[in-house]
Amino acid sequence: MYDAGKILTGLLLFLCLITSPIWYNLAAGKADTKPDPKLPAQEKECVAARDVIVATHMSLLNTWRDKVVRGADREYVTAGGKVFPLSLSEGCMKCHANKAEFCDACHNYVAVSPYCWDCHVEPKENK
Amino acid sequence: MGINRRDFLRVTGVGTLLGLGGGVVRELGIVKRVEAGTYQPQPNALTARRWAMVVDMRKCLEKVNQDGCQDCILACHAVHNVPKIQDPKHEVKWLWKEPYENTFPSQHHEFTEERLHGQPFLALCNHCDKPPCVRVCPTQATFRRPDGIVVMDYHRCIGCRYCMAACPYGSRSFNWSDPRKALEADKTNPGFPTRTKGVVEKCNFCDERLAEGLPPRCVEVCTVKALTFGDLEDPESDVRKLLRSYYTVQRKPELGTKPEIFYIV
Repeated sequence: MYDAGKILTGLLLFLCLITSPIWYNLAAGKADTKPDPKLPAQEKECVAARDVIVATHMSLLNTWRDKVVRGADREYVTAGGKVFPLSLSEGCMKCHANKAEFCDACHNYVAVSPYCWDCHVEPKENK
Repeated sequence: MGINRRDFLRVTGVGTLLGLGGGVVRELGIVKRVEAGTYQPQPNALTARRWAMVVDMRKCLEKVNQDGCQDCILACHAVHNVPKIQDPKHEVKWLWKEPYENTFPSQHHEFTEERLHGQPFLALCNHCDKPPCVRVCPTQATFRRPDGIVVMDYHRCIGCRYCMAACPYGSRSFNWSDPRKALEADKTNPGFPTRTKGVVEKCNFCDERLAEGLPPRCVEVCTVKALTFGDLEDPESDVRKLLRSYYTVQRKPELGTKPEIFYIV
């Protein structure tokens, strides 16, 4: 191979540069920072178990939306008998009052931007 | 390297079984279902078979001519976060005043009573029995509920404005720009969503308030009791009593939309 030294050095430099964000995050200790949504302090019971909500809250919210807008049901009774209003502002956000610390914590991490708040009014604490 | 017939059948057979088995695993509940609870309406929700409204324009006009009253309009627009846009081409309105001649174009003639000339009549969505807006909506974002209220699912609206072309009463408004820019942030009602750019909106007969057991906001705030709300199918309801005792008119009844808003003139 001609100019092996130059080529190999160049390749090495290129690899270092292109992977630099990974090294940077590893060095800063941010590589395995999992999102940590803040749960309400007082309220312990939610509409479903935590792992179910984490996995399926989007379809749950879609179901709730259709129930309220297109049907007549506006309350959800959990298996335990607790009643929740089917409402973002009067239901979910009554306990999870801080959008930035709850919703955005995970949504920013996985880079999704649901458009709920284009119309629904987010709780005052955020403003 | 080849494959003989026996091995081929074996491999495809096992593959098919695995494929079919995936559904069974799901049915067995290894993948968790969302719903464990039940749904119910709010306990004190107001219900009816056909909601309707009677507007007593004699009371309304007397008050309007006294002090330019627009209590109902302001209250409605405040509670539903309706943006205030001056440009008539872009304005958004749920409840508004319309000159008599435009409200009842087929009823008015050259020699109509003078007391009605150019008078501001209260206009809103007529919640028609045969709503043309519902017929034309390509996404079923607008639909008629079993209790007669014509409502919109803003999540589904794609902003095609067919409904605006179809509505003979001009009851629908399009958001040409972000309505939040025209709303004062501190006066927004957090209990009701705003709309977004590119969505049509209209009066919803306060379905969100009926669900909580409250009458429509315009009816609630009217100080002269010009607005009466009730069930058209109930012979003893307030609206039926008024309809029995007074001569009432509907807007453009000749179109066959069967409006649920009646006017005492």
